[in-house]
Amino acid sequence: MKDIQAKFKITEIEEQRKDLSFITILKEQAISLITYLRDIKEYKHLVLLTAVDWIDDNKFQLTYLLNNPEKKSDIGVKVLIERENPEMESIHHLWKQAKTYQRELHEMFGINFPGSPKVDEPFILEGWTDIPPYRRDFDTKKYSEETYFPRPGRSTNDPATYMKQKLYPDE
Amino acid sequence: MSKKLYTYNQDRSLFPPRNEDGRIDVDLSSHKFLKIWHGPQHPGITGNMSLELTVQGDEVMDCETHVGYLHRGFEKLMERRKYIQCFPLVCRITVPEPDYNEYCFAAGVEELSGIKIPETAEWIRTLVLEMARLQSYLMWIGGQAGAFGQGIIGQWSNYCRDLVLDRFEELTGGRIYHMFIIPGGVRGLLPDGFEKRLEETLQTVERYMKDIKKVMFDNAVFKKRSVGMGVIEKEWINKYGITGPNARAAGVILDVRKDYPYLKYNELDFEPISDNYSDIYNRANLRRRDILLSIDLIRQILSKMDNKGDIRAMTPNVLHWKVPAGETYIRSECTRGEFGYYMVSDGTEYPRRVNVRGPSYTHAIALLEDMIINENIADVAGLMVSLHTYPPEIER
Repeated sequence: MKDIQAKFKITEIEEQRKDLSFITILKEQAISLITYLRDIKEYKHLVLLTAVDWIDDNKFQLTYLLNNPEKKSDIGVKVLIERENPEMESIHHLWKQAKTYQRELHEMFGINFPGSPKVDEPFILEGWTDIPPYRRDFDTKKYSEETYFPRPGRSTNDPATYMKQKLYPDE
Repeated sequence: MSKKLYTYNQDRSLFPPRNEDGRIDVDLSSHKFLKIWHGPQHPGITGNMSLELTVQGDEVMDCETHVGYLHRGFEKLMERRKYIQCFPLVCRITVPEPDYNEYCFAAGVEELSGIKIPETAEWIRTLVLEMARLQSYLMWIGGQAGAFGQGIIGQWSNYCRDLVLDRFEELTGGRIYHMFIIPGGVRGLLPDGFEKRLEETLQTVERYMKDIKKVMFDNAVFKKRSVGMGVIEKEWINKYGITGPNARAAGVILDVRKDYPYLKYNELDFEPISDNYSDIYNRANLRRRDILLSIDLIRQILSKMDNKGDIRAMTPNVLHWKVPAGETYIRSECTRGEFGYYMVSDGTEYPRRVNVRGPSYTHAIALLEDMIINENIADVAGLMVSLHTYPPEIER
């Protein structure tokens, strides 16, 4: 960990477990840190790549979880990027499966990865025109109310009053 | 041993070259090439996905995996639900083996909240996970044999799986979705006489596994079609993120149960099963041996565990359970490889983000798309099943 701190500008280190730590790094140095971890520090296995939407801070957090199969330890590399026109360098040249993760993130969060193969093609959704659905400001309830028709024969009750009526009908 | 039944044109130089993004532009009107959809409705497809194949003669030139037929947006739905409301949701992410989802979710919540579960609950969780492995493999082995035309194996193995599901029904009340591993512990102790009935089931499974070994693995047709087919090279393991039996068959011993012991696996005596050449036959054989290992582990668990005492730790009121802010990653070894949950909490009653890492995500897309090229179209189903993929965990 000291080598990494000497070489890269790490803004934050959290140790979650003995074999799992999360480090936060600036966007500009992220890919070189990931490459360094993969090639020098033997973190050869990309476990996952995902995003978290911190809408209050107007940021997206990308998490690259890397695993060292020899030392049996994990490092989560966290990168915060702007929420407006989010863009990040691609890592599809480092791992073959990364292009699928990036394609999904492009579709679900609207994060662009220029140069990643097939990144613009729909992955799971087909003909989607709304805002990317995994963003926090996408309202699933509103969407389903607008898109799907309610089934007949269903009504909603307030549980407290309904149960009171059912259990103590005389009161 | 000849690898292909029939090849249309050996000269690859006649095939159109690939573009920079890895795609091939083919002129379908020339009638040299054909686009075939293998799935989503096809007996040789594993669940709700499809392969868009470009073939020349009967040889596959290009493949693209399409998913999205089963997308229910679980990860997004969880952000709107309290932790306890997520609990019956997570098991639906992987249909044939829901227990790994339940375990990873529960362990994630417990780790973030700093809860230690009682020992009996840990033993019962280990037992449930091993039983889940057993029944999932039994279903898979029928699919693998079916892909090469041996329908009878599926009938035998699904009978055995039904017996294991009977035990699950006894233990949890549900056959497929168990909702048993709740954050904080498990829902119940083993019922009276459960060990005896489970032992009878295990003996039946063992008897059938002997028959399956004879009929499937000593069968000349199965060998002819699977030996040397769909080889995974050792160098690909990290390049593609391959885990589980697919990697172990290539000689790279990756087993979360051994490498990162969780629950009670460090108290059980076992060695991960491995091989040195990952073709369809060896992968199938490795999974057959894994079934036998699972049976052995279940017996060890039953002999070592104490079916009494606390099964639930003290948890906050589940309706107002605020999980402290933080993030973690929990992994477990499912039948297909490393299954993990990445959970982020912001200190409220709702999870901020839950991301599911399913092994099929890498196996069914990046790996399959590259492996399938140049194979015969008759082998596509067998090759796909041999990677053991479940589409629901790709699209969550």
